[in-house]
Amino acid sequence: MSRIQNTFAALRESGRKALIPFLTAGDPTAEFTVPCMHAMVAAGADIIELGIPFSDPMADGPVIQRASERALAHKMSLRKTLALVEAFRRTDTVTPVVLMGYLNPIESLGYRTFVERAREVGVDGALTVDLPPEESGELLPLMLEAGLDPIFLLAPNSGPERVQEMSDLGRGYLYYVSLKGVTGASNLDLDDVERRIRAIKEISSLPVGVGFGVKNAEMAGTIARFADAVVVGSALVSQIEAFQDSPDQAQAQIVDILRAMREAMDASAARDA
Amino acid sequence: MTLIKDSGRVSGPYNLPDERGHFGPYGGIFVAETLMEPLTELRAAYERYRTDPDFIAELDHDLKHYVGRPSPVYHAARLSREVGGAQIYLKREDLNHTGAHKVNNTVGQALLARRMNKPRIIAETGAGQHGVATATVAARLGLKCIVYMGAVDVERQSLNVYRMKLLGAEVVPVESGSRTLKDALNEALRDWVTHVDDTFYIIGTVAGPHPYPAMVRDFQSVIGREAKQQMRELTGRLPDALVACVGGGSNAIGLFHPFIDDGEVAMYGVEAAGDGIETGRHSAPLSAGRPGVLHGNRTYLMEDEDGEIIETHSISAGLDYPGVGPEHAWLKDSGRATYVGITDAQAMEGFHTLTLTEGIIPALESSHAVAYAIQLAATMRPDQQILVNLSGRGDKDINTIATREGIRL
Repeated sequence: MSRIQNTFAALRESGRKALIPFLTAGDPTAEFTVPCMHAMVAAGADIIELGIPFSDPMADGPVIQRASERALAHKMSLRKTLALVEAFRRTDTVTPVVLMGYLNPIESLGYRTFVERAREVGVDGALTVDLPPEESGELLPLMLEAGLDPIFLLAPNSGPERVQEMSDLGRGYLYYVSLKGVTGASNLDLDDVERRIRAIKEISSLPVGVGFGVKNAEMAGTIARFADAVVVGSALVSQIEAFQDSPDQAQAQIVDILRAMREAMDASAARDA
Repeated sequence: MTLIKDSGRVSGPYNLPDERGHFGPYGGIFVAETLMEPLTELRAAYERYRTDPDFIAELDHDLKHYVGRPSPVYHAARLSREVGGAQIYLKREDLNHTGAHKVNNTVGQALLARRMNKPRIIAETGAGQHGVATATVAARLGLKCIVYMGAVDVERQSLNVYRMKLLGAEVVPVESGSRTLKDALNEALRDWVTHVDDTFYIIGTVAGPHPYPAMVRDFQSVIGREAKQQMRELTGRLPDALVACVGGGSNAIGLFHPFIDDGEVAMYGVEAAGDGIETGRHSAPLSAGRPGVLHGNRTYLMEDEDGEIIETHSISAGLDYPGVGPEHAWLKDSGRATYVGITDAQAMEGFHTLTLTEGIIPALESSHAVAYAIQLAATMRPDQQILVNLSGRGDKDINTIATREGIRL
């Protein structure tokens, strides 16, 4: 079993849902990332999504765009992102790490080099925002062969056939984009999200996470009632932006938000149990 | 990754892209999931209407009576004499309504938007020509229009910004990234993802996810279809060479495409070499870039060793883009077309030469094609012919040119 499968199995056993924080590698500095990942785990994170900075993050809202810009300003790259995972793995061999980003840095490094290096350093999965199943014929087999879980995005307008396709091709979990929009948008209709998640779970047996627009503990708690995982990105990254000159403070804010989310998610799980 | 190189000459008539939008290894659909459905919807609509007699009749009518087509082919006899080589002919897209070839495509896509019942139009623009052409057709059809434009371009193309506003469009300056055309494209894609239900995204060049490269090409191919017939009427045969500037590559593909199967016609795409290819300050991905994935398609890109897109440079805002249409990538690899570079300084020289010898003030984009055609003509015989796509007129560039030459207007 993969680390991601193990994580979801253990959570199911204890009747809890996965909390998946996102941060961009190297934002605001390379030194910030690994300690922050450890602090996230201590605050209750089950899986970490680590963003590969990209110059043209077309699916991201302004908060995560600026995170990429901050990271790129000091030459963070896919290679260096992989080195950060390697450093994280020295003291944490349990928490899954999923890389999230755009295809071009991966294509530039070379598909084969990427999967080999990712496996070596202990990456568990990769979510490539602009690589739909239609174009993944070359990368996907290499990832599966290397034991890297391909994570696919599902959108509010993905029809049942596409849900089935992603479910067949994907591993680890499915990531439901909770709204038509970019990361960090604010118009989330949770009733609609719930209906959609229930429909997806009719088709797929993979765990389903919800992300894009999860802002606070209350929302996380609500989503945990019907989804298997809550992904939170912009709400955390905006703290890094607000406190970029005092990394300790940024990390403390992130830890507070994650703790509150963890608590709310566990409480709603306990209520339903 | 390995790029499969097919043999250069396709057997049988040229019929790319394939049904999934691939030109060999280039093109395709590289977008986030939320855009897959609207792209499928667009593909279906385009497939339906491209052969629909009513649609074609309305498009032809608009191209004739609103755009002013056919645009003439003009024999630049005095310029040709000065150069002393091949005869240079100009396809006068600068005489179109709004002053450039861009309107051929926006007229077509706007008709499609109306048939798809999308009341809201978005577009990205660099020099502002595509933005103006989009705002123009949106005004005519009563559609709401939002144009994304890099903040740097808003600054250097203030005339076109004002034109768009006069036409009722909202111009949104984009402050992210390098604040130029590529960032305007990112922002337009973000808008589209957020408003997929009521919004039609009019992409201005032959790039982006399938079906855009093929659709924009088809709308622009009116240039080459007319030119083929006009050259036969004027000279009794096809030209020996075609020359067009390439940013995203829409005017070039529009001219080239109807000639692809005419192997005796050479095709030259002219990229912006900026300060010179060797300086790294240019916008010439086909000459000096490598294949990668950006803005929904695989093509040649200007990128660094980590796969990050790098800033481009050109005197001409319309050529200032780090990618290029995937069909050009394919035409380059297959050897069917040749891509060359013209520097800012050479383009300026071409601009002045054409203005002084023929009384035609070309856009800075088109000046790149003119400059290369002059070089090429000098190597050819006087009984040979070069057809240059004069894709736009230069009025919009007067301020840029005056500033560069130290003149205050």
